[in-house]
Amino acid sequence: MVASVSVWHRMTIRSIDPDPRVRRIRDGAAALGLPPVGDVEVADLVHVRGDLTDEDRQKLHGLLVDPLLQKGTWSVPTGRAVEIAFLPGVTDTAGDAVETAAAMLGLGVDSASTGLRVEFREDLDDTLVHALVERLLMNPIIERSSMGTIEPLAAEDHDPSVTARVIEVRGLDDEGLAAVGASRSLYLDPEELRAIRDHFESIGRDPTDVEIETLAQTWSEHCAHKTFRAVIDATEPGGSSSTRREPLMKQLRSCTEEIDAPFVRSAFVGNAGVIEFVAGTTLALKAETHNHPSAVEPFGGANTGVGGVIRDVLGIAHKPIAITDILCFGPTDLPLDDLPDGSLHPRRVQEGVIDGVADYGNKIGLPTVAGAILYDPAYTTNPLVFAGCIGAAPTRALHDGPHAGDRVILLGGATGRDGIRGATFSSATMDATTGEVAGASVQIGDPIVEKLLIDVLVGAEDMYTGITDCGAGGLSSAVGEMAEGVGADVDLGLVPRKYPGLEPWEVWLSEAQERMVVSVPPRGVSALAKRCEQAGVAWADIGSFTGDGVLVVRNGDETVAELDTAFLHDGRPQREMKAAMPDPKRSGATTRTVEDPAATLLSLLRHPNIASKAATIHRYDHEILGATVVRPLIGAASDGPADGVVLANPLDTHGIAIGIGVNPWHGLHDPEGMAFNAVDEAVRNVVAVGADPDRIALLDNFSWGDPRRESTLGDLAAAVDGCCAAAYMFNAPFVSGKDSLNNEYVGADGQRRAVPPTLVITAVGHVPDADRCVTPDLLGPGNVLMLIGSTNTEFAGSHLDLLQGEPDDPGVAPAPDPDAAMHYRHLHAAIQAGLIVSCHDVSEGGLAVALAEMCIAGRLGATVDDLPHEDLVTAMFSESAGRLVVEVEERSVPAFLRIMDHDAFRLGVVSDSGTLTIAGVEPVAVSDLADAFNSRATRKVFP
Amino acid sequence: MSRVPAVVITGPGTNRDHDVAAALELAGADVRIVSSRALVDRPSHLGDARLAVVAGGFSYADSLGAGRMLALDLTLGLGDRLQDFVDRGRPLLGICNGFQVLSRTSLLPGSLGHNAQGDFDCRWVVLDRVERSNSIWTKGIEDPIHCPIAHGEGRYVHPDPESLAAAGQVALRYRSTNPNGSVDDIAGVSDPTGLVLGLMPHPENHIVLRQHPHHRRGGGGPAHLGLRIFEAGVAHAKKL
Repeated sequence: MVASVSVWHRMTIRSIDPDPRVRRIRDGAAALGLPPVGDVEVADLVHVRGDLTDEDRQKLHGLLVDPLLQKGTWSVPTGRAVEIAFLPGVTDTAGDAVETAAAMLGLGVDSASTGLRVEFREDLDDTLVHALVERLLMNPIIERSSMGTIEPLAAEDHDPSVTARVIEVRGLDDEGLAAVGASRSLYLDPEELRAIRDHFESIGRDPTDVEIETLAQTWSEHCAHKTFRAVIDATEPGGSSSTRREPLMKQLRSCTEEIDAPFVRSAFVGNAGVIEFVAGTTLALKAETHNHPSAVEPFGGANTGVGGVIRDVLGIAHKPIAITDILCFGPTDLPLDDLPDGSLHPRRVQEGVIDGVADYGNKIGLPTVAGAILYDPAYTTNPLVFAGCIGAAPTRALHDGPHAGDRVILLGGATGRDGIRGATFSSATMDATTGEVAGASVQIGDPIVEKLLIDVLVGAEDMYTGITDCGAGGLSSAVGEMAEGVGADVDLGLVPRKYPGLEPWEVWLSEAQERMVVSVPPRGVSALAKRCEQAGVAWADIGSFTGDGVLVVRNGDETVAELDTAFLHDGRPQREMKAAMPDPKRSGATTRTVEDPAATLLSLLRHPNIASKAATIHRYDHEILGATVVRPLIGAASDGPADGVVLANPLDTHGIAIGIGVNPWHGLHDPEGMAFNAVDEAVRNVVAVGADPDRIALLDNFSWGDPRRESTLGDLAAAVDGCCAAAYMFNAPFVSGKDSLNNEYVGADGQRRAVPPTLVITAVGHVPDADRCVTPDLLGPGNVLMLIGSTNTEFAGSHLDLLQGEPDDPGVAPAPDPDAAMHYRHLHAAIQAGLIVSCHDVSEGGLAVALAEMCIAGRLGATVDDLPHEDLVTAMFSESAGRLVVEVEERSVPAFLRIMDHDAFRLGVVSDSGTLTIAGVEPVAVSDLADAFNSRATRKVFP
Repeated sequence: MSRVPAVVITGPGTNRDHDVAAALELAGADVRIVSSRALVDRPSHLGDARLAVVAGGFSYADSLGAGRMLALDLTLGLGDRLQDFVDRGRPLLGICNGFQVLSRTSLLPGSLGHNAQGDFDCRWVVLDRVERSNSIWTKGIEDPIHCPIAHGEGRYVHPDPESLAAAGQVALRYRSTNPNGSVDDIAGVSDPTGLVLGLMPHPENHIVLRQHPHHRRGGGGPAHLGLRIFEAGVAHAKKL
């Protein structure tokens, strides 16, 4: 055997030019407040095991090292260093590639693995090195480290019980059930545990671990949306009366049904909403959250969040065409001493999340287009990651399978111990120990495998009868959902595995990424298999859909689960929850004092929420597929913020616009008004670029605190009220939505920290003429600037307050604008008539910021002689909803006003003066505005 | 006029193949997208084509360095067939990852390292055609080409850029903004015959006027389309 002389060889590879990772380490250490680390060098490690001659090693050297860029050595380096490698079992893509390439070269390499070496030139003390490793260099969930040189390790060959265990629940009281729940991290309610106990008592046996874990995943908040499906007993403010409300999900669905928009093909069913703006092409829309995983492992969490939402679109038989991302982080300048235990520093979270989104989107080859980044101290312990995906497909009937007799075909990556219990983990509150406990819950993404899945599945729609993705809950939820009413019989022994030793329940629950399940009639399996083999996608036939309504899971000869799908899907007792409805202040506006409005404007432009996100945007490929017509950054210097983005295939006339609405700070004061205005903002953003206001579909994504607190649930119910009211007014239906609750962290002090009510609305609108899109960049000196919508003194939750501090009486948050829908229809008519030169929505920071952004985008000045409110601070900085600024040629003003029913306010004119001059305010140079706005436009380099 | 049969070569993870195909179609080619694996099985796909493009993306997930694994497919896998293709006078283009692939074969000089600024970068750039270039892909082009870059490893490295330029092998240079630290602002290089071109930017993403970011402001225009590069290649192939 070759193995008898097979030994490990180790290659160390260094970059000849400065390695960009060095800067990241130095920046990262500085950002964490660690002492200077001095000179650092990094090198890549490759371990290969095999029986290799010197000539073989030379060939490998030629393979691994580019002589113009790198130097490689087979000798083992010495000196002060730390080395990092993957834990056994974690996918090592580069290691796999070495094995493949070595085989092509005919070399006898048995296995290969890779790692990273970081060398310190200065004599750093151990504490500092350990801090660097733990806080910056290594992620203990997927990696291990060693001072000096690290030894290669093969996957552990431990072989725990590979049979299913019986979990005794019969006869247990609440306390006993709670103990079972806690020991297996089930996160189930007492009533749910009782229902499980009663069910198994009625069938006369105890459940297996596979069964109880399947129930916990299927009944998790993440999968079952228990809160959104609960009956709510809502107490009105003051406690005077209470009403029973229908479930929030039903409320949203009814709203969509009543709007009855002709373009909706499918709403709130399956993996994504489906609409049809243009006959012959349907669009699938979906947005998801991946909050908890991103908090623990920012890169992997965000990476697989993007991968997951793309699979949702694939899972409704559409070809993914674009990605969106909305990210919420703690302040990146947070002092290290203020960082709560167990939380990663916001800067590290931000770096990891953005790298994770960029890595997945760029590699899978989809443009990451629309998005937002929000900063608030409340997101330090609970960062939020919303990822969305849009897909397109030729119009066809939705798949109606699986049918009895169809095979259960698993496509994509192999199954490992990664991402176990993700669905239940997502449904829990976090604390200082979450990172350790939840270690196994983090998934590892491989965008190239998913790209290949897209290659296989797009165009194969006639080969299967049903499709779903393996997301939260893994196979338990994918097969479990597909088997609803039909039943299935699958053998876990047939599931391809990354390594041995997995217990049945681990295989069944693993959230190993890049897997899809399709139901295929037996005669069609070979055709699909051939297609997979051509594309290099693994497939496995793991069983069949049976028709008897029972979910049978086997592990070889042993039956490890036998669950009635009726109990699995309908046996969960409906939650009854109590809500205390909020009592937002709706009257009693309070004004603000601003000493130097010009300086305040510049400070607002520098505010992290408002300042340019160019540093992030340029790291995403937003050009691929050639359809991006309006980009996230636009204008004379391509550095002005766009409202919505527009996608249109190069040879099509029409396109789609994507807009985002989100404002958690308003939500702290008035959740219902905030939700209404989030819809308004998303709609406004797509109308502003040229979308038809009567052809808009919406997605809702709620990230909230623990709904078992009555006030939190009250806020949520109020927000749903606001969503529905706005959907009715704009005649824009919700087609899909998702909620992520329990975004809370319990500190060592016992204090709970919840995220502010964060509702992200995504609007997707039809753009009739993609050649006529409008953007915010000013174009013609002398053109007239007009304001649409009314301005009121509404400062609660404003960015002016974030800047100056909130007064004791914050007054009111922006109220919904009842005229907004009518204004947007008029504006669209004016855009269609070619009357609008440029257009920008008014949101964070108010009118002054909107005007400044238009000046920056066009590198032109503006003179504003008339203000829409007698109070200067209100006119400049209030964030009243429903407003847009438009640029109109002087000669077109009468026609514009006719279309607007004379409901627009003349602010002033565009100028070539190079300054923004607002009546009563010191003029500000456009270059100063641009400098302030771009103050964060490049990644900060630390000294 | 008959259309030129063209092949777009992909590896697992190539993702701009359809963008390239659209550009070639618009330039007058009949396009077949073929994976390196399929090409190894049926080399006639290459033999039947009069023009070939290795498209961009992340073939084999950039394992062992961008382009390395696909380059192995196109050399160890295909044998001498790609070299023969060029020896028969047929134009070959490598864009972005395709450039990285060809630079790891003997077809193109130099290497591509990590961007000097350290990150993946996506932005529009302006490319000047180098006057003394031998490239058939830029023949007849006079105005600068506008198109986006989207890469993390596009810093062109060559030990002797002066002699490369003297040999007419520097085809395109970044104007004013060098986005990645490439030596001598080099964005695209040729082989000694001028038939093979490798470039980091994506001309396939500027094939219609409204794709230009300043289209609404009167920027761009037909002379600056990336399409011109594909038209030049197709025009050359048509004469074969």
